[in-house]
Amino acid sequence: MSQTDAAQKLAYALRFGDTALVLSHRLSEWCGKGPALEEDMALANTALDLLGQARHWLTYAGELEAQGRDEDALAYHRNDREFFNLLLVEQPNGNYADSMVRQFYFDAWHALALRRLLASNDAQMAAIAEKALKEVSYHLRRSSDLVVRLGDGSERSHAMMQAAADALWAYTGEMFMGDAVDADAAAQGYGFDPASLRAPWLDYVREVFDEATLTLPNPDAWMHQGGKQGRHGEALSYLLGEMQVLQRSYPGAQW
Amino acid sequence: MYAQLVETGAQRVRGTDELEGQERVFQERIDAGVKIEPKDWMPEGYRKTLVRQISQHAHSEIVGQLPEGNWITRAPTLKRKAILLAKVQDEAGHGLYLYSAAETLGVSRDALIAQLHAGKAKYSSIFNYPTLTWADIGAIGWLVDGSAIINQIPLCRCSYGPYARAMVRVCKEESFHQRQGYDLLLALCNGTPEQKAMAQDALNRWWWPALMMFGPSDADSVNSAQSTQWGIKLFSNDALRQKMVDQTVPQAEYLGLTIPDPDLKWNEERGHYDFGAIDWDEFFNVIKGNGPCNRERLATRVQAYEDGEWFREGLNAHADKQAARGAAAA
Amino acid sequence: MKKEWPLWEIFIRSQHGLAHKHVGSLHAPDAEMAVNNARDVYTRRNEGVSIWVVRSADIVASSPDDKEPLFEPSNSKVYRHPTFFPMPEAVKHI
Repeated sequence: MSQTDAAQKLAYALRFGDTALVLSHRLSEWCGKGPALEEDMALANTALDLLGQARHWLTYAGELEAQGRDEDALAYHRNDREFFNLLLVEQPNGNYADSMVRQFYFDAWHALALRRLLASNDAQMAAIAEKALKEVSYHLRRSSDLVVRLGDGSERSHAMMQAAADALWAYTGEMFMGDAVDADAAAQGYGFDPASLRAPWLDYVREVFDEATLTLPNPDAWMHQGGKQGRHGEALSYLLGEMQVLQRSYPGAQW
Repeated sequence: MYAQLVETGAQRVRGTDELEGQERVFQERIDAGVKIEPKDWMPEGYRKTLVRQISQHAHSEIVGQLPEGNWITRAPTLKRKAILLAKVQDEAGHGLYLYSAAETLGVSRDALIAQLHAGKAKYSSIFNYPTLTWADIGAIGWLVDGSAIINQIPLCRCSYGPYARAMVRVCKEESFHQRQGYDLLLALCNGTPEQKAMAQDALNRWWWPALMMFGPSDADSVNSAQSTQWGIKLFSNDALRQKMVDQTVPQAEYLGLTIPDPDLKWNEERGHYDFGAIDWDEFFNVIKGNGPCNRERLATRVQAYEDGEWFREGLNAHADKQAARGAAAA
Repeated sequence: MKKEWPLWEIFIRSQHGLAHKHVGSLHAPDAEMAVNNARDVYTRRNEGVSIWVVRSADIVASSPDDKEPLFEPSNSKVYRHPTFFPMPEAVKHI
């Protein structure tokens, strides 16, 4: 494997790891503040699953990088410009409808993406995907179910879900936009072309929205991008500032 | 403890032989160690006391999520983050089990939560203190969960079946909570001087509030005597507190930390540690709402509940629609 | 006060082939969500492989007042228990 190849693959693993880590962080912000006790616990389970996945991805990224960095070095000692998570998952929690729609958009993509990674010729990536897919299948079932119930619930819940669906829509396009890293992943056979997930994702989201009596936003609307390349919104730097405070304040300390 | 100063309504405890009819049969069952179950006859005082005690316990679990939840997003390693998140989630579960136990006594969870939000129901004084550093998370696990376990293990044998069963489940899950706290502090105490100072500072701030958790001496309390007779309080506050001190002192020594009590010393004669006087003014002030975080904790809970109303209502609306559709199709 | 989600009783079957066992209760708007919530609340430590949920209001329970007529009679039928029949030491596998 050439130096460039290794760097591309590292970036690819970090995208999955950072995305899981940042979304887990956002979900854990709800802990103790959910709309019902049962919901609080369910959401914490999702956050824990994603955190576990992030640890697998980052550990593997550290191995690919071969500079002796472990999951914590990668999580706590990179700046926002070195984080490659999707813009969608760094969006602040907003109200619970915002958080649920964000989760639904992401889960629907995540399940498709992991399913594709099962066929990765990188055994480690395929193994991480296999374990994660079991968890994510449940996440998707749960978030789809909540979208249907709240969309087709009260007038108020319908309005809140529609508003969230519209507001977050512009952050979904990035999940399907490829760049050199994606092209390399597809060409080398360890990854896939993200554009190929767009049609099945749209079909699924449309189906769930129909049942939820929600209106699907315009698929051809303008979309944000940049997260996968390390160009984020303002919120991520604050998120990392909070996440990394101890590691940064006490360099070299063991916890 | 998680339930402090629980009112029983008793003026004087009557012995079993002073009781008559159903009340006597009831007390004889408790004396014989037979569990009371939801549909069994019970004195109104027993029911009301249990509702107070169990709901205080439940409220404490839910409010108790907040001081620890405060550090989930800042946990210094991903492993510690996962452990803390799982732990705080467990507290939500414990609240849920306990509310369920209270509900078997004919009061709804919403009604209990409304009492909490209105400031009419208490929760443990300990959760009105702030978590200022990462070491506080260790101190809470070690001292607060440690104290909770001392209190809850006997409650697994309490007279009310649903409460006892909830406690069995809670104790099973909680066994890792105290250990993770101690493990966290062990890492700090084996770490840099700054980390060790952080651990000592946390012990300095949490030690006395942790001892206060057991409540003032209840040797002369009619309420405690009544609760003891009813089998819903099994040891005195002082006995439980002494047990906590005795088991904690050697653990602190192992960490190389100093317990902030100049009067603390082993009493050979008693076979226990003697310890200094507790500032009960502070305790009563915190109970009255003057702790550093009372206002904030309650406001956070109220806000979460109010913000969640549309969610709970929306799901109800959907369930109603589905039921109506099902009926129409049938 | 607004309408509260109804209460459900949760039964879990563990991996060990035992019958479903009552583990506790929770609130949910309907049966399907009760199952989901039960998964998230009561199987966080690998406790189960199957979940039953029953609306608490639908449980029909025997009355404590009937305890004597319902359960006392079986007390006197000691011959239903194997220990009622002492076997000679020499007789094995019985």
